[in-house]
Amino acid sequence: MTELSKSGAAVGEPTAASHAATAFLEVRDLKVHFPTDDGLVKSVDGLSFKLEKGKTLGIVGESGSGKSVTSLGIMGLHTAGQYGKRKARISGEIWLNGTELLSADPDHVRKLRGRDMAMIFQDPLSALHPYYTIGQQIVEAYRIHHNVDKKTARKRAVEMLDRVGIPQPDKRVDNYPHEFSGGMRQRAMIAMSLVNNPELLIADEPTTALDVTVQAQILDLIRDLQKEFGSAVIIITHDLGVVAELADDILVMYGGRCVERGPADKVFYEPRHPYTWGLLGSMPRLDREQQDRLIPVKGSPPSLINVPSGCAFNPRCPYADVPKDNLTRTVRPELTEVGSDHWAACHMTQEQRERIWTEEIAPKL
Amino acid sequence: MLAYLIRRLFAAAVMLVVIIMVVFGIFFLVPKWAGVDIALSFVGKQADPAAVAGVREKLGLSDPIYMQVWEFFKGIFAGRTYSAGGDVTHCAAPCFGYSFKSEQAVWPVLTDRFPVTLGLALGAAVLWLVFGVAAGVLSALKRGSLWDRSAMVVALAGVSLPIYFTGMLSLAIFAFGLKWLNAQYVPLDQSFTGWFGGMILPWITLAFLYAAMYARITRATMLEVLGEDYIRTARAKGLREQTVIGKHAMRSTMTPILTMLGMDLGALIGGAILTESTFNLPGLGRAVLDAIRNQDLPIILGVTLITSLAVLLANLVVDILYAVIDPRVRLA
Amino acid sequence: MTTQRTSGRRKQALAAAAVVAGLLTTAACGGGNDSGGGSKNGAAGFDAANNKVAQASAVKKGGTLKFGGAQDADSWDTTRGYYGFMWNFARYYSRQLVTTKAEPGKAGAELTPDLATGLAKVSDGGKTYTYTLRDGITWEDGKPITSKDVKYGIERVWAQDVLSGGPTYLKDVLDPDAKYQGPYKDKAADHLGLKAIDTPDDKTIVFHLPKANSDFEEMLALVSASPVRQDKDTKSKYTLHPFSSGPYKFESYNPGKDLTLVRNTSWKQASDPIRKAYPDKITVKFFSNANELDQRLINGDIDLDINQTGMSPQGRTEALKQHKANLDNPVSGYIRYAVFPQSVKPFDNEHCRKAVIYGADHVSLQTARGGPIAGGDIGTNMLPPSVPGSEGQKYDPYELAGANKNGNVAKAKEELKACGQPNGFSTTIAVRNNKPVEVATAQSLQASLKKIGINAQIDQYDGSQTTGIIGSPANVKKKGYGIIIMGWGPDFPTVQGFGLPLWDSKYILQSGNNNYALIKDKTIDGLFDSYVNATDASKKPGIATEINHKVMEGGYYLPFVFEKFINWRSSNLANVYTTDGYSGMYDFVNLGLKNPK
Repeated sequence: MTELSKSGAAVGEPTAASHAATAFLEVRDLKVHFPTDDGLVKSVDGLSFKLEKGKTLGIVGESGSGKSVTSLGIMGLHTAGQYGKRKARISGEIWLNGTELLSADPDHVRKLRGRDMAMIFQDPLSALHPYYTIGQQIVEAYRIHHNVDKKTARKRAVEMLDRVGIPQPDKRVDNYPHEFSGGMRQRAMIAMSLVNNPELLIADEPTTALDVTVQAQILDLIRDLQKEFGSAVIIITHDLGVVAELADDILVMYGGRCVERGPADKVFYEPRHPYTWGLLGSMPRLDREQQDRLIPVKGSPPSLINVPSGCAFNPRCPYADVPKDNLTRTVRPELTEVGSDHWAACHMTQEQRERIWTEEIAPKL
Repeated sequence: MLAYLIRRLFAAAVMLVVIIMVVFGIFFLVPKWAGVDIALSFVGKQADPAAVAGVREKLGLSDPIYMQVWEFFKGIFAGRTYSAGGDVTHCAAPCFGYSFKSEQAVWPVLTDRFPVTLGLALGAAVLWLVFGVAAGVLSALKRGSLWDRSAMVVALAGVSLPIYFTGMLSLAIFAFGLKWLNAQYVPLDQSFTGWFGGMILPWITLAFLYAAMYARITRATMLEVLGEDYIRTARAKGLREQTVIGKHAMRSTMTPILTMLGMDLGALIGGAILTESTFNLPGLGRAVLDAIRNQDLPIILGVTLITSLAVLLANLVVDILYAVIDPRVRLA
Repeated sequence: MTTQRTSGRRKQALAAAAVVAGLLTTAACGGGNDSGGGSKNGAAGFDAANNKVAQASAVKKGGTLKFGGAQDADSWDTTRGYYGFMWNFARYYSRQLVTTKAEPGKAGAELTPDLATGLAKVSDGGKTYTYTLRDGITWEDGKPITSKDVKYGIERVWAQDVLSGGPTYLKDVLDPDAKYQGPYKDKAADHLGLKAIDTPDDKTIVFHLPKANSDFEEMLALVSASPVRQDKDTKSKYTLHPFSSGPYKFESYNPGKDLTLVRNTSWKQASDPIRKAYPDKITVKFFSNANELDQRLINGDIDLDINQTGMSPQGRTEALKQHKANLDNPVSGYIRYAVFPQSVKPFDNEHCRKAVIYGADHVSLQTARGGPIAGGDIGTNMLPPSVPGSEGQKYDPYELAGANKNGNVAKAKEELKACGQPNGFSTTIAVRNNKPVEVATAQSLQASLKKIGINAQIDQYDGSQTTGIIGSPANVKKKGYGIIIMGWGPDFPTVQGFGLPLWDSKYILQSGNNNYALIKDKTIDGLFDSYVNATDASKKPGIATEINHKVMEGGYYLPFVFEKFINWRSSNLANVYTTDGYSGMYDFVNLGLKNPK
């Protein structure tokens, strides 16, 4: 059963039967498990969503919630270059532009990487090769997918650097990553990702390593470029503030699963999951008076090997005892629709959640 | 860069003087503390007093160490004149003195022995680089496989087995047992094939030790590099895996390898003592071994100087190379 | 002669030896067992050249005779060399007035004229020796060798400050007060100012001894009495290229690496009654790895070991098993022993010394030395079998090879009681750290002494500093070295050439001492005096015997073995024999090849 939201980006329940997807990107029941000596790490455990071109999906969650693993899964980077180690077990379906990636020929997926789907990484300093110039790295990215000579590729690189707002791009193109400032590096990284006009851009914590003023510039840049290129964008972050500015839809992950998703304004103004409340409480906001009263979500993220029974969030949830019969600790809550295209996985009743939100949480934010 | 070079070379010069002083100190002071007259070990069993006095004069036992160090360096740049008991010899620059034992001038000994050691070190280096790095990369890419485990066991053996053991073993099998190789040193200017044939076992033996070390380092470095974000980026660009490994990962892996290579070659050029003595190669290492046994200070000093110089130069070259390989390193 | 192959490097190799030896024996089994007389590959048979000539008739002129060695000579300068093999080898390129006969066994220790026309005409009560030189004797440039060259060569012994290392007997006998300063400080125009030698003409040389010495001619047979031509004397550098008076001359020499001699075309066979000069060329290659040297011998790459100190344990084992016909097992002339410095208590008491002699397990000491074949027969007294006057094992005052060969605890305890140490005592055994075999004997001794209550610690001292450490009586006393492990061989085969520096009280020196026991016995001193003054040569062996008895009765020494070696001779060697003249070594000078290659 799948539904598209009006905005175009939508999330749906996994479907039993496999059929070609209609959305530009559709992820169905994605599972990424890593066998380790301690047991099976279920980093992503049944995730589904859809994304159309020109739209932006924000995936939010703490570190370890499975959001980065999801993005690498889409890019096919769990299987590429896995040497000898116990390989990741991936199941489900990932449809990109009508092609299912998990069952496709790996070399075909490789050709899609960098051309049809590109990625921006969290820390541009470590994500760029320290021994090659920015120009060399962009040129390389371009020439894999375009049969052009180095000169043309270099021109393209300068053009891209100019486009992402790097001053004197024809000079800077010959600089090494360490000669760039943090923000400049991320711009260069973005230039490299966009050099082949990808239709899907995944930005994994693109601003985490940057300071606040630069963060805003980078986010603006991503937004502008998205408009220009019309790409679909997935922004992965632990910071709701980032997605607030960019995302059309938001997907909140906890313990490898989706706990709440929906259009951005719904998730922000009518959140229906206690974990989302926690995230909102810990979000620094410029309009808030008491800057010192950030309320972090208590406790630590769950073990992905021994996920707590029942609701994975129950050990940290202040409202775990609200539902009757100890349901929270025994039965895993399914995603249920709590509003138009708005889904949440919680045992509390709709009324309980509305009351707690309006009476206890919202006033403190 | 120039200022850096000058500073480094100056530091190297100071270092050399200190090293030479230490060698002098060990040679003259340690027996003194032990209450032993080293002159006595040069006079034969009848120990004629005139002979003892003559040896004392020749060895410079009566001069303070700083004077001897001064004379030593003066000899290198300006030459010096030796005179003892009516025997006057002028030793032209570069004068490293005369062997206490064999009376031959040290400098020709060094120039005679150096090519042997250089040939051994370079030949072995080529072998160990090729095989060590290849084995290391393969092991890293096939981590946990049978290949990886057996390669690492062999590497462990290579690192822990002493050269004289592997050397004697290879001689026993290939030279004396199967008689595939004669394994006797022939100077390069006499016969290339003879030289090559004589060097094969020493090369392999020496390279085995180093290849083992290099394989282990390569494997560890490669595994570390493969975990780097920029490798993931390279894959995310859609690069072929061979490009990811061969270009992006190898470039980073080779940096510590080159550093090691510089140091190892520097040290080996000063003499591969065990290999040379096991295979009877007349190189610097054997010269210094004989010299230590014979308490032949001038030869010890000469070889020490070459070794130190080689190591210091290798350090400098490695540092400069490092700056070339890794743009983040600036020499200032 | 103090030559020994330094065996420190063997220690490293020993670890590998076991495995490698195993491999070798399996790998080299093509050789087959060829012990016994003669063999398919032409080896002459076990002990075929021991005191007799092997393959005498098979010798052909020409070819290259190949020596290998683990150690270079101390010096090739005739004045400076003291290693036994150097003296032996130096006969290739140097001649003396007299030399030892080129004959096997005992005869090889007898003197025969070389440059001189006959043995010395001795006059003036043994104080004047006169020689006449032969005709046709020449240097390598063809100029004749004159009596002045002989005098100059001998004078060089006086230049000890420049030319240290060699034996100084000639200096001590001809100029005991050290009046002459040596040729380099000699003010005379011809630098021939030594009064004790006259050269009335180019053919005559006369020696004037201040005091007679019955072994003087033996001293003239040493290579340090070789002629040296003044214009060719490069002083301290002479070792690099000695100017030849013999049948071969230096072609090239790289110290520690190799040495090549080629025929001296100016040498005339007719002028030389001793040297046969069979090969065209003689090469010596020095090895840093004793095991490799042995393998090269077995492989046939080289003909014999120039050091002549026996094969190393691993090569020896293999050779004895598979190539016995290539081996000889001569007595080396060395005695291996422990000596008791009297300055260290309680060894001032002869009963304590004898307690050690009785308490030691002599079979176990022999085993530590390598057993009866590679180590030698149990030593029973202090005169080597090659020295005239020796009685060999027949003289065994402590029954070391007899009833007491496994140690006599009861007797040892009696001696301890007599010494006033009935419960034993503590002492220190000093042993060179670079001689594993000596360390093994020290450990064996330590173990058997424990049984009689003597608690001995072993001090392994720096072997390269032997002269400085145990040659200083003050140091020995300070360190409390009650037992010193050493070995000694004769410089020339007489009791003077062997025992004078060990036993005569005049030879107790503050440094460079060899009389480790600090023997001050007027009887022994007197016996040496009468030996030196003996005008009747036939009396000399009797005196030697007596000296030996006195030394043994004093209990200064515990002999371990009359040393024996296992030496290799290639199947291609001809005219090969061991000689007492060089303590059981092969006589190098007349070696030849069966198949000149």
